[in-house]
Amino acid sequence: MERAHTLIPLPRREAIRSMIKRGERIDGRKPDEYREVKIEVGVAGNADGSARVSLGHTKAIAGVKASIGPPFPDSPNAGTLVVHAELIPVASPIFEPGPPDENDIELARVVDRGLRSAPALKLEDLVLVPAKHVWRVFIDIYPIDHDGNFIDASGLAAMAALLNARVPKYAVAPDGTLSKSEERVALPIADVPVFVTIAKIGDALVVDPCYEEELVMDARLTFVLTKDGSVCAMQKGGRGGFSVDEIVRALEMAQKVAPELRAKLEAAARAA
Amino acid sequence: MTGKGSVKLLTEDGRRLDGRALNEMRRLRIEAGVLKNADGSAYVEWGRNKILVAVYGPRETHPRHEALPDRMLLRCRYSMLPFSVKEERKSPTPTRREVEISKVIREALEPAIFLEDYPRTSVDVYIEVIEADGSTRVASITAAAVALADAGIPMMDLVAGVSIGKIEGKLALDINGLEDQYGEGDMPIAMMPRLGEVTLLQADGRFTREEIVQALSMAREAIQRIYEEQRRALKDRYSGVGLEYGSAGEG
Repeated sequence: MERAHTLIPLPRREAIRSMIKRGERIDGRKPDEYREVKIEVGVAGNADGSARVSLGHTKAIAGVKASIGPPFPDSPNAGTLVVHAELIPVASPIFEPGPPDENDIELARVVDRGLRSAPALKLEDLVLVPAKHVWRVFIDIYPIDHDGNFIDASGLAAMAALLNARVPKYAVAPDGTLSKSEERVALPIADVPVFVTIAKIGDALVVDPCYEEELVMDARLTFVLTKDGSVCAMQKGGRGGFSVDEIVRALEMAQKVAPELRAKLEAAARAA
Repeated sequence: MTGKGSVKLLTEDGRRLDGRALNEMRRLRIEAGVLKNADGSAYVEWGRNKILVAVYGPRETHPRHEALPDRMLLRCRYSMLPFSVKEERKSPTPTRREVEISKVIREALEPAIFLEDYPRTSVDVYIEVIEADGSTRVASITAAAVALADAGIPMMDLVAGVSIGKIEGKLALDINGLEDQYGEGDMPIAMMPRLGEVTLLQADGRFTREEIVQALSMAREAIQRIYEEQRRALKDRYSGVGLEYGSAGEG
């Protein structure tokens, strides 16, 4: 990501930055306009839940695999949630194969924080036998085509995959032995957080930056918003900063688009 | 998430477990120029946090292909010593948490530095947490800004940070480890104190819009006081009052 920064031609860079001053964006959107969002669920049959999300040309897939195992020793009465993300070379020539770098790790940790802190899942309802058998939920996120704003795409894909997930129903005998039934049930969803990223370009704020906008932006700010409109996670990224007033304006922009994104998530999950 | 809310963090009279009021900061002490070999350095004691920062550069970039043609390459490594944590020994290999924190610290410092004035060079910021008690990333930023200034790197402002937590539904300034572990939320904030620009903002836990506005204003007020301590440390350094790390007077 970092190295590609210098690759945008200067005239293009200046065009994007000067258009923004007039309230125009390089792809024809208004500053507060999100790209067309498509969410499909059930795109990977062997996963317990899966989703593919596109924000314009940006695409990401997420899959949920759940299995039964021991809980973390410090939380015997809760299931576990692990989020993993990897920026793979299929998505862009700027991603290289290899061990996760800081961009992969930040992406996974921001999605993890948003889902955990909302919380998206009632982890305490994922316990079969306390301290012994709990559901361990793994979400793996892979961006597959890069046109900016992978955080939102990944967050939406992860949440859609969770809503889509169906896991076998287990009966617990009095002696603690488990028996699996053919019936599959949804995961216990507590909230549907949505991720909304705002980019700062000069003095302007734009929602859902495309790749070229990311290349010229000063900084970005991601909000994760819960159903009641409150914020359950934030993450600032990039080499610039925000004034307090800009943070409040960015939050208002994010709160404006969040309900529609959530409605799309819920509709996609219902349609499956 | 375990244990959230399971420990009472406020006493009957509304004080925190360490006796502080909600808007009270822990004791903060910064020293600049505490290391002989580093080009710039700082040591911070903030409550029970003890953090040492060394800065090298601007210097030639290694490996060479990482050099940037149009600006300085800033690299930060935030690292917790294996014995710095209350829990079991932390493995010395960088955790995912440390990798992310290193990135957000770098992005909190970059806005203050005139990066474009030093193309092809690099500056390395090494942060070692010796003892951790909550809010270490903002304490690290506060110390790192002093170490960068001590190294003589041109900056438009210092950067100072503080964490606002949510405990029992109320916002609390400068949360410690216990409050981070059992509280309902944590919002680390760093700003350039004179310019008022926010350069680090993260959060987990639930906050309303009004709480975010209030947290930013609490942080802004505290950051002015932290800034005074940063300036004092830098002034003392050049009036010869500063202490070498390990020479005396810690703890």
